[in-house]
Amino acid sequence: MSDDDRELRVSKIRNGTVIDHITGGQALNVLAILGINGSSGEEVSVGMNVPSDRMKRKDIVKVEGRELSQNEVDVLSLIAPAATINIVRDYEVVEKHRVETPSEVVGVLSCPNHNCITTAQEPVESRFEVLDEGVRCVYCDTIIRQNIAEHIEVE
Amino acid sequence: MRHEHIISAKQLSRSDIEEVLDRAAEMAEDPQAVADRHAGTLLGMLFFEPSTRTKMSFTAAMKRLGGDVVDMGSVESSSVKKGESLADTVRVVEGYADALVMRHPSEGSAKMATEFVDVPLINAGDGAGQHPTQTLLDLYTIRENAGFDDLTVGIMGDLKYGRTVHSLAHALTEFDANQHFVSPESLKLPRSVRYDLHEAGATIKEHTELDVVLPELDVLYVTRIQRERFPDESEYREVAGEYQIDAETMDGAKDDLTVMHPLPRVDEIAYDLDDTTHAKYFQQAHNGVPVRMALLDLMLGGDQ
Repeated sequence: MSDDDRELRVSKIRNGTVIDHITGGQALNVLAILGINGSSGEEVSVGMNVPSDRMKRKDIVKVEGRELSQNEVDVLSLIAPAATINIVRDYEVVEKHRVETPSEVVGVLSCPNHNCITTAQEPVESRFEVLDEGVRCVYCDTIIRQNIAEHIEVE
Repeated sequence: MRHEHIISAKQLSRSDIEEVLDRAAEMAEDPQAVADRHAGTLLGMLFFEPSTRTKMSFTAAMKRLGGDVVDMGSVESSSVKKGESLADTVRVVEGYADALVMRHPSEGSAKMATEFVDVPLINAGDGAGQHPTQTLLDLYTIRENAGFDDLTVGIMGDLKYGRTVHSLAHALTEFDANQHFVSPESLKLPRSVRYDLHEAGATIKEHTELDVVLPELDVLYVTRIQRERFPDESEYREVAGEYQIDAETMDGAKDDLTVMHPLPRVDEIAYDLDDTTHAKYFQQAHNGVPVRMALLDLMLGGDQ
């Protein structure tokens, strides 16, 4: 059975974004990056640990009426480096691209060091340099190696 | 040296450091020659945390160059007390001074402040982060006493939260020094500093006891283990007691071992060591003036 057949398990969307080839088990973290927790009414379909030829197990997220900002894509790339982003308009995929790991992520993560200036009431956004393994706060130098998704800023 | 701001020892190359140290030596030799060099220059002092040595030596340095300081005063008596953000405070104060010196309790504060000002800013300590001007005077003291050739340095005490340690350890990689880190298990170097030392090609040798490494050292850099890092008084006393040295400790060291400390000390160096030839910590503190004079001179364009 191919990936496409499996994708039929969740309904097609009309306009929005399909994030495919997410590392298995990371779908809920992807929703967290997008700031989606269900309370604001977005129409979302999620497939978790779906068999995949390329990845053995993958997650897939479909969001109706929503496209991703560059900051969201940047953080997404840290937890799902193989993800593909499909922009859908009127049921057709009009754009398809892979995520690229950026050199920096701005805004989306919060620094785990409570004594970092970016966690104080200052007009400054968090900024992390992307390392080979993990990310590093450019203000206080704190390194996050594991569970990066736990540091996504919740609005 | 071409740095607009001095935020971290990581930004200083060996040639940057040597330029500051050479100029500091010239100034220490003949302070009269530069007594009017920066007449009319005002240095803004923003100390959000207590300081004696750093603040006084920056003040002395600016005045010995012919300039003067404008001081925010204590946090208690300033607009910070009313809830003003750091970003606003520095934007206001930069209008009163030609350069700023800042100490703040949060890591990354100095870097953030540079994003809001156009005048040169010097980090005089950001939380447990960096303290690059202390490192410059530490290196000046090391050069005076031990030199940089084939240098072996032991750094002992609170390596986790000690900002002077973080700055110095990184700068020493520029001189290919052998570095030994001596601390209790709970106060070892933080991950970020290890990462930088590793990236700089340094090998990290860590010990929990000084004895094993003392005979090899040319310099022993002692830092204070702070009481507030431990859950209770008895644990603090037990741990801190193992990292105290005195004149007798020197029996196991090289005759020309240089003992340094950024000060203030509490009881990690006994007073009986002060009278030995090893003790260089007061000389180190005094070196703060010529080194900060040199740094200010370079940042304020004294070479032009």
